[in-house]
Amino acid sequence: MELLAVFLPLLAFIIAGLFGKQIGDKGCQFITCASLIIAALCSVLLFVDVTMHGGGRITVLAPWVISGDFTVNWALRIDQLAVVMMCVINIVSACVHVYSVGYMSHDECKGRFMAYLSLFTFAMLMLVTSDNLLQLFFGWEGVGVASYLLIGFWNHKNSANKAAQKAFVVNRVGDFGLLLGIFGIFAVFGSVQYDEIFAQAPDLAQTYFNLFGYEVHALTAICLLLFVGAVGKSAQLGLHTWLPDAMEGPTPVSALIHAATMVTAGVFLVSRMSPVFEYAPDALMVVTLFGACTAFVAATIGLTQFDIKRVIAYSTMSQLGYMFFALGVSAYGAAMFHLMTHAFFKALLFLGAGSVIHAMSDEQDMRKMGGIWKKIPFTYTMMWIGSLALAGIPPFAGYYSKDIVLESAWADHTWFGEFAYWMGIAAAFMTAFYTWRLLIMTFHGKPRASEKVMSHIHESPAVMLGPLVVLACGAIFAGSFFYQGFVGSAHHGEHGEAHEVVAHDTDANVHHEQHGDDKHDTELATHTENSDHHVDEDAHSTHPELSKEVFWKDAIKVLPENDTVEAAHSVPMWVKKMPLIVGLIGIFMAYISYLFVPAIPEFTKRIFKPIHALFFNKWFFDELYDLLFVKTSILFGKIFWKGGDQGIIDRFGPDGLAALSKGIGVKFGRFQSGFVYNYAFVMVIAVIAIISWFYYKNEQALGLINSGFGM
Amino acid sequence: MEFPLLSIMTFLPLAGVLIILATVRGSGEVADRNAKYVSLYTSLFTFAFGLYMFANFDGNSAEFQFVETSSWLKPFGINYHMGVDGISMFFVLLSVFLTPICIISAWDAIKKRVKEFMIAFLILESFMVGTFCALDAILFYVFFEGVLIPMFLIIGVWGGARRVYSSYKFFLYTLLGSVLMLIGLLVLYAQTGTTDIPELMNTPVSSSLQYWLWLAFFASFAVKMPMWPVHTWLPDAHVEAPTAGSVILAGVLLKMGGYGFLRFSIPMFPEASAYFVDLVFWLSVIAIIYTSLVALVQEDMKKLIAYSSVAHMGFVTLGIFTMTSQGVEGSIFQMLSHGLISGALFLCVGVVYDRLHTRELSRYGGIVSNMPKYATIFMILMLGSVGLPGTSGFVGEFLILLGTFQVDTLVAALSATGVILGAAYMLMLYKRVVFGPRENRDALAMPDLNKRELSLLIPLVALVLWLGVFPSDVMNKISPSVDKLIAEYNEKLEKAGIEPKQANELTFLVDKKDLED
Repeated sequence: MELLAVFLPLLAFIIAGLFGKQIGDKGCQFITCASLIIAALCSVLLFVDVTMHGGGRITVLAPWVISGDFTVNWALRIDQLAVVMMCVINIVSACVHVYSVGYMSHDECKGRFMAYLSLFTFAMLMLVTSDNLLQLFFGWEGVGVASYLLIGFWNHKNSANKAAQKAFVVNRVGDFGLLLGIFGIFAVFGSVQYDEIFAQAPDLAQTYFNLFGYEVHALTAICLLLFVGAVGKSAQLGLHTWLPDAMEGPTPVSALIHAATMVTAGVFLVSRMSPVFEYAPDALMVVTLFGACTAFVAATIGLTQFDIKRVIAYSTMSQLGYMFFALGVSAYGAAMFHLMTHAFFKALLFLGAGSVIHAMSDEQDMRKMGGIWKKIPFTYTMMWIGSLALAGIPPFAGYYSKDIVLESAWADHTWFGEFAYWMGIAAAFMTAFYTWRLLIMTFHGKPRASEKVMSHIHESPAVMLGPLVVLACGAIFAGSFFYQGFVGSAHHGEHGEAHEVVAHDTDANVHHEQHGDDKHDTELATHTENSDHHVDEDAHSTHPELSKEVFWKDAIKVLPENDTVEAAHSVPMWVKKMPLIVGLIGIFMAYISYLFVPAIPEFTKRIFKPIHALFFNKWFFDELYDLLFVKTSILFGKIFWKGGDQGIIDRFGPDGLAALSKGIGVKFGRFQSGFVYNYAFVMVIAVIAIISWFYYKNEQALGLINSGFGM
Repeated sequence: MEFPLLSIMTFLPLAGVLIILATVRGSGEVADRNAKYVSLYTSLFTFAFGLYMFANFDGNSAEFQFVETSSWLKPFGINYHMGVDGISMFFVLLSVFLTPICIISAWDAIKKRVKEFMIAFLILESFMVGTFCALDAILFYVFFEGVLIPMFLIIGVWGGARRVYSSYKFFLYTLLGSVLMLIGLLVLYAQTGTTDIPELMNTPVSSSLQYWLWLAFFASFAVKMPMWPVHTWLPDAHVEAPTAGSVILAGVLLKMGGYGFLRFSIPMFPEASAYFVDLVFWLSVIAIIYTSLVALVQEDMKKLIAYSSVAHMGFVTLGIFTMTSQGVEGSIFQMLSHGLISGALFLCVGVVYDRLHTRELSRYGGIVSNMPKYATIFMILMLGSVGLPGTSGFVGEFLILLGTFQVDTLVAALSATGVILGAAYMLMLYKRVVFGPRENRDALAMPDLNKRELSLLIPLVALVLWLGVFPSDVMNKISPSVDKLIAEYNEKLEKAGIEPKQANELTFLVDKKDLED
């Protein structure tokens, strides 16, 4: 089962990649979509098996790198954490695959695009199912390459190439940290196998080791290094500059890679390593602070951008910040919960935005949109669902996950937990504001596009709308449905109600979808929902007391004193209500400033000019990095090349000798024609001469050398 | 040993030379074709023997295998002694594998003095195989230095515009190294009375002499590697060499230095090796960072790959001198992998050079549209060079850094920046050649890879991927010899009362709790 779920996408990639010409675009699309849908079904079955029947297991496939006492196998580790990720990846990926059939219908290289998407999915699956840090790194780099290929998919565009290259190189900076973290793990634990690491972590909690000449707390140092990797991949503050640029890629790519899956790899990594992070409180504090600042800064930038995809990209970054500060306060379950709901509603928003862009003849600037909601009502509805979920309005998925994240931060009762809570609240307000700003600018008001564009506006084909429905179901129900399992407390009994609602709505949805035109989609949706339904029943029969402990088992480790998710259930009422209140205010403010009194944005822009400039220019990270790293590297490269190699080494080395030899023999020029032969000849003669000299002067020579060097 | 396999592999190419000399007359098209076919078949036969050697090599043994001994220079007790172990076997295989590829790559590219070119290449092959098989120091030296002669000719006769300058530079550097090494070798002989390599490994040399000898050998190997700061011959040599020359230079010749360290410096001068560890480490770190930065600003495709080779070889020297099993095995693996990847990358450069006759990056761009197969293969190789997991480039680099981290965390961290810089310059290269706006008309008119070129590149790409996913097929056979090397090294150091560098740093697990109690 897990083999199918993981390797079908690889098979699809190989077939579509190598034989794309032979089977044609249609064949590629069929093979990749079919593989992904089957893989998604397999992951759902696995999910049921593992979470309900405790079928966690490790399958060793083959030896990989074995050297001395370092041994790593290709292996699949199927546990709670892995199956949650597998479901998210495969379901979203299947949706994106099907959607791409429609979205890329005008492109020349459809087959290649589908192949890359499948490659990405495979790499991501290897990342989450790995049994050790090295295979995780394989997946980690694999998704990086797939992302590089897909961002730069339209490779005749210079901007796309630059963005792709930037994404890869900035990610490599993170990988540099991750690699050092892996080395550290091996140095301290003697293995990179999860089981062995986790088993030893408690004993090594007090260990110090020598890093760069300093005695440092081993686990803290290791966790921070691993976190550097997470910062790169998950676009946290400092290494986030690649994410907005990555929007150069086709929109399905942004939905799959830069919203739902790849960027959450860092969150997954920290969750996976929770048994180690738990013993590194200082590292957790850093994670919290990074997450909180990212959530805030990204939201501020999101307020000012005009490119519809960039707004969503900054919102992704901001939401990833939420996940990280949840991790930082040991609320791993809450982070994974938000990861899952976010995957659905953010993919929905991106694909919805893609549908808008498709309708607007590839226009992405919101200033050139407006007044189109009546023309594309379905997309409009889907965007609303996604926005409601993103803003955290009940009963949409984001409400449940964002609230538990914020409550956990508060419940941590540390200064950084509280800091994260308030940053999160501020970000929640801004999120609601810029989301509705996006909705209003895109769909309402007077049309600002040219008449030609306006006349072309049309609803997207069913093959694009079907996947939106599936994702919308996730965005609506995933929160209430999985709340109890992901973050529920064993001591509270408020889950029964939620379940009933879900069961009812699921039926309605399946019914609704059968009217859809696209066969695959309906099938997928039906199956997915049915299986979920199945899970639901199982949950009732076998585990009446479903809670986070029952659900996660050993996949996530939280020390009892750090169990903030548990504590989150008993925080004061105002802490719980705050996110919703600021969210509603944000929506309200957006309506006022962008629909009712359109002068307000210009006015505030003028009053807060420097602040606006800071936000609009993305806090000048790009400019700073360009100066610090890119320009400096090139400068040093030139200095070393012209100054070092040519100016010093060659000048005083071979060229200097050449000049000398010119003084000795003016014949050098004439000598040139046959010069290699001559030297070669001289060389052979010399070797022979020396050997024969020794041959005949055996005794003397040895004696000479003995007396000369014998010390 | 009833069947002199290694001698056959060493001298079969020379037999091919004789056949060419004896049968191919004149210099017309027919003669050229005959010369090409004779050399191709000769090299393929040699490769077949190489496969036979691989199949019959006992991977569980650390001993020398397929050993041949017969007396040569009797009065000195210098014997003709051949044999391979896990360290050298794969270099032999790499040499005989790359030679036919080079010959095919030169098929249409070499137009003048074809016969002589083929002869030079076969002689080169013979010497390369001999270098890795020789178990006698003098024999080794003859092959090791002999390699330079055909290489000179290949650069100097069939090279580009500045070939004379390049081969002159090449010569000066290597001459300096080899003279010092020859002196070292003679001193060693004078001291121990033997030139037999296995015997030398077990014959201790006094500590004070070890330092001098180490330095003398180091001079030669460091130039060959090449290590910073004696690397400047390499970019020039590569730029001027014909494609086949570049492939063999990057693929095999650069590995001779690393092999020399493993065969001579470490087992024969262990104390000096331990003493100079920091020197090698820091030269390697400088090489990695410095040359990566230089690669970043190159405008010439071959120069860029040449500088990247210096950086990659920096990893190799780093790994060898960690003297951890990960570091050393990683280094050997990295050398093999680099042989395949950089060889293939030079072939890729050759493909477009043959079509457009320029290596200037700015003359290309956007060729993915007209050369999709080329773009795919180049992409895989580029990622291999960057060290992407799943390609052979990753395994070596990872193991080296893993080994280094156990010995010196700071050096490991600094050299790991090569991972970032490597990505930067290789992606830059790829972007400027393959992607980008479609502006250069002549570049866009180039036809995609033909069957001949595909037949060269596909085996290389397949190997790069295979070794990336299943490196243990190769590693298994390397590790017994490496384990033996390390065990003996540590034993010798212990005898001399020297702690190897790693032991100092590996005791860094200090339990503060215990200390307080």
